[in-house]
Amino acid sequence: MAHKILIVDDEPNIVVSLEFLLKKEGFEVAAATDGEEALTQVAAFDPDLLLLDVMMPKKSGFEVCETLRADPRRADLLILMLTAKGRDTEVAKGLAIGADVYMTKPFSTKALVAKVKELLGIA
Amino acid sequence: MFPGWLVALLAIAYLALLFAIARFGDARADNGRSIISANIYALSLAVYCTSWTFFGSVGSAAANGFFFLTIYLGPTMMLLGVGVIIKIIRISKTYRITSIADFIASRYGKSPLLAGLVTVIAVVGVIPYIALQLKAIAASVDVLLAGSEHAIRGLDSTFLIAVVLALFTLFFGARHLDAAERHEGMVVAIAFESVVKLMAFIAVGLFVTYGLFDGFSDLFARAAAHPELQRLLRHHPAGASRWAALLLLSGLAIILLPRQFQIIVVENVDEAHLKRAAWLFPLYLLLINIFVLPLAIGGLLHYDAHDINPETFVLALPLAHGAGALALLAFIGGLSAATGMVIVETIALSTMVCNDLAMPLLLRSPWLRAARRQNLFRLLLGIRRAAIGLILLLGYIYFRAAGEAYALVSIGLISFAAVAQFAPALFGGLYWKQGTRAGAVAGLAAGFAIWLYTLLLPSFAKSGWIGQGFVEQGLFGLSWLRAQALFGLTGLDEISHCLWWSLLANIACYVAVSLSAKPDVITAQQAERFVDIFRRDGRDADARLWRGKTSLGAVVDLLERFLGAVHAEQQLAAHARAGALRDWRELPADAAFVHFAETELAGAIGSASAKAMVASVVQEEELGLEEVLDILDEATQVRAYSRELEAKQRELEAATAELRAANDRLRELDLLKNDFISTVTHELRTPLTSIRALSEMLHADPDVEANDRQRFLAIIVHEAERLTRLINQVLDMAKLESGRAEWATGAVDIGEVAREAMDSLGQLFRDKGVALASEIPEHGPVVLADRDRLMQVTINLLSNAVKFAPDRDGRVRVTVGVEDGRARVAVADNGPGLTAAECGIVFEKFRQGGNTLTAKPQGTGLGLPISRQIVEYFGGNLWVESRPGAGACFIFTVPMPTPQQ
Repeated sequence: MAHKILIVDDEPNIVVSLEFLLKKEGFEVAAATDGEEALTQVAAFDPDLLLLDVMMPKKSGFEVCETLRADPRRADLLILMLTAKGRDTEVAKGLAIGADVYMTKPFSTKALVAKVKELLGIA
Repeated sequence: MFPGWLVALLAIAYLALLFAIARFGDARADNGRSIISANIYALSLAVYCTSWTFFGSVGSAAANGFFFLTIYLGPTMMLLGVGVIIKIIRISKTYRITSIADFIASRYGKSPLLAGLVTVIAVVGVIPYIALQLKAIAASVDVLLAGSEHAIRGLDSTFLIAVVLALFTLFFGARHLDAAERHEGMVVAIAFESVVKLMAFIAVGLFVTYGLFDGFSDLFARAAAHPELQRLLRHHPAGASRWAALLLLSGLAIILLPRQFQIIVVENVDEAHLKRAAWLFPLYLLLINIFVLPLAIGGLLHYDAHDINPETFVLALPLAHGAGALALLAFIGGLSAATGMVIVETIALSTMVCNDLAMPLLLRSPWLRAARRQNLFRLLLGIRRAAIGLILLLGYIYFRAAGEAYALVSIGLISFAAVAQFAPALFGGLYWKQGTRAGAVAGLAAGFAIWLYTLLLPSFAKSGWIGQGFVEQGLFGLSWLRAQALFGLTGLDEISHCLWWSLLANIACYVAVSLSAKPDVITAQQAERFVDIFRRDGRDADARLWRGKTSLGAVVDLLERFLGAVHAEQQLAAHARAGALRDWRELPADAAFVHFAETELAGAIGSASAKAMVASVVQEEELGLEEVLDILDEATQVRAYSRELEAKQRELEAATAELRAANDRLRELDLLKNDFISTVTHELRTPLTSIRALSEMLHADPDVEANDRQRFLAIIVHEAERLTRLINQVLDMAKLESGRAEWATGAVDIGEVAREAMDSLGQLFRDKGVALASEIPEHGPVVLADRDRLMQVTINLLSNAVKFAPDRDGRVRVTVGVEDGRARVAVADNGPGLTAAECGIVFEKFRQGGNTLTAKPQGTGLGLPISRQIVEYFGGNLWVESRPGAGACFIFTVPMPTPQQ
């Protein structure tokens, strides 16, 4: 069974590109465009991995990450933070609150796919 | 009533007891086990209470009621000024000052003239006071012996008393010569004497109040009922000026009377004792005054006819009621009071006469020069003894000349007024550095002359010793020179009158003459030492103020001649130990040593004579006034420098604070800049992300379906445009902010600009289905501005409006007009509107309108900040008027050119 990935980003064009990229790699993909929608989608779609943007309306990626990490039922959920905020402090903050990997935009599609597969243990 | 021999025996026995106590005190002091405590010091101050208190207060109360209290309230008030007295004590100890004459002379350049003048005033002024004591003892003896046969009745008993007192004083105080001029034994004896007279007075008071009457209330009730005695219990009607004068006089007397200066200042061993005395002595005064008025009333009630002097009530009342032992006790009390005063006063005066009158004369006499090698120690002692005899003799003569005409109290006040003349020079010298020797001499001479003319000579005249003319008609018949109504000043009693004129003349001369000339070197030096006594640390400056050459031997000779060999060697050894030397023969003959020697000599012969003697054995180099002042000013300069340093430091601190504030501001700006760069970076990365991801995918996979490929390419183009727009706006913003933007200013028809902007965005509005309406005049308004920039602003406002107007039913209205001399453009939409806070935020960089929590706004977030910069550049304003739910209206104005432009 294919791994499920939820893409969370408020930029529709980024969602389009990520959706296309990951579907082509054979993953089952869903998308959310803000923090609140991300939480409901996690509950509904039950993804294995989250591609999470930080700067979003309603709830930031940090808040979403914290909420999910506080939920023991989501202990196995992998979180890859993907953000245009590239400062060291932001990276440290993301990892501190529980992200598994932190990547800055713009990213290399190859590197992103490799990282996703590595996290999912299918490299 | 009593046999004369009994009275004489009792008196001699009492004096012998006092003498024994004094010997005991001296012996203890010689062994280094002083018994002077704070209590003994405080009690010895009660030497202030003489026979004048013991007998005279009752007489005064019998005549004037409560007036007698002033004499005791004044000292009480004066002792509140502990600080002033401590300053006098500190100065006196530091410079071995032994009398009030020495103190004043020393302050004004160790002047022999001033020392002599103060001594003359003190002797002349105090002689009536000594006479008063003789008179009191004589009167009390008369009362005790009245009606009985006795051996000494034929003799002049007063003269006898004077002789006995003189002998006694010789034994007491002038047995040896002390460098510090301190007499511990005498102080102990005086303290004892103070207790005796207090006990005796209280005993008589109790006897009269509770033995003869039924206590205070009974006495006062009887007085109130008595037609003549009522007045004693009332406030004296004409008394305000007299009250003030007596308070001032007695307050000054507690310091300025030679015996008071001796006890309070010279005999003080510990400054802390004064603090005890400051309350214990007033308490003593209170106790000794409690029974004064009851005794006066009791006596007046008892002796209804005025056939007896009220000043003898203390003795007469017990005698009249058969209490013989109590009468003898009262006699001893009175004798004690008189003796104490005479002893201390004559010792103090004899020191002054010897050091300040006799020594200067001797030092000039060829006889003394011839006898250089002779030990002068014995000579000094002889002079002092002679002075004691002379002073008591003068007291006796005054008693004979004027004593009979005056009550005890009036005689005492004459003395008080005389010593009050020391006040300006003494207190001025303590606090006023400009006071000069000439000023002090002038003030003292003027005050003393007026005292002589208005108080002492009239007292002689009243006794019939000299003519009354100058009192009644005025000198040379000039009425304004009448001795007790000088310059027509009448309505005051003689004491207030004298005090007013003498102190006025004294202070005026002192101040005026002092200010008229610069002080000489040594006076300036002494002024610094006295006024700044609490700031001095050791003898550094003192030593540096002297320069010269001498030999150790010459100075030591001098010390031995005046102090006696034994005492001189003791002092030299002590000085050597203080300098960590084993033998005083190793002492260097330097400035410090000469200063030590002069101070030691000053203790024996007064500072003026000591200075003269030291000068005779050393070759002193004169220091110029400027040089002395320089040395003395050094401390002042150091203080000034440190003040300057403090000021500099404050300036530095202020500058540091400013720098820190500027730095903080820079750091803040830096943070803002970082935030700005971070935000710009974020805004750039977002479109780049899509572009990179999509182009990488297209590049990697040529088999992407055609419609996907088309869709992705469209996104890439769109995002690339967005990126370009963003970069342009950031650069534009940077140019505007740094002032490097280029402006093409000319006449611009704003209406036309608005129409053109609407045309250019027409398609956008139509696409979104937003209705665009306008209200624009056909021509104008015309302003001076950059046409393209105004177009940029208008298009920005229009594109914002269409962005936020609802998709269906959206309406935007453009209005152009003139208001208050300004062209005004308003762009109103019917979108969601803005909260009051958002109305400000939208003009900040990257802070976009619309609720960012609900929807991602479109645009760069730089449009409005750039527009505002542009409008403000042309002197206009850009703002928004809006409420949530009521749409937003963005308005900008640009000033119209004045006709000249």
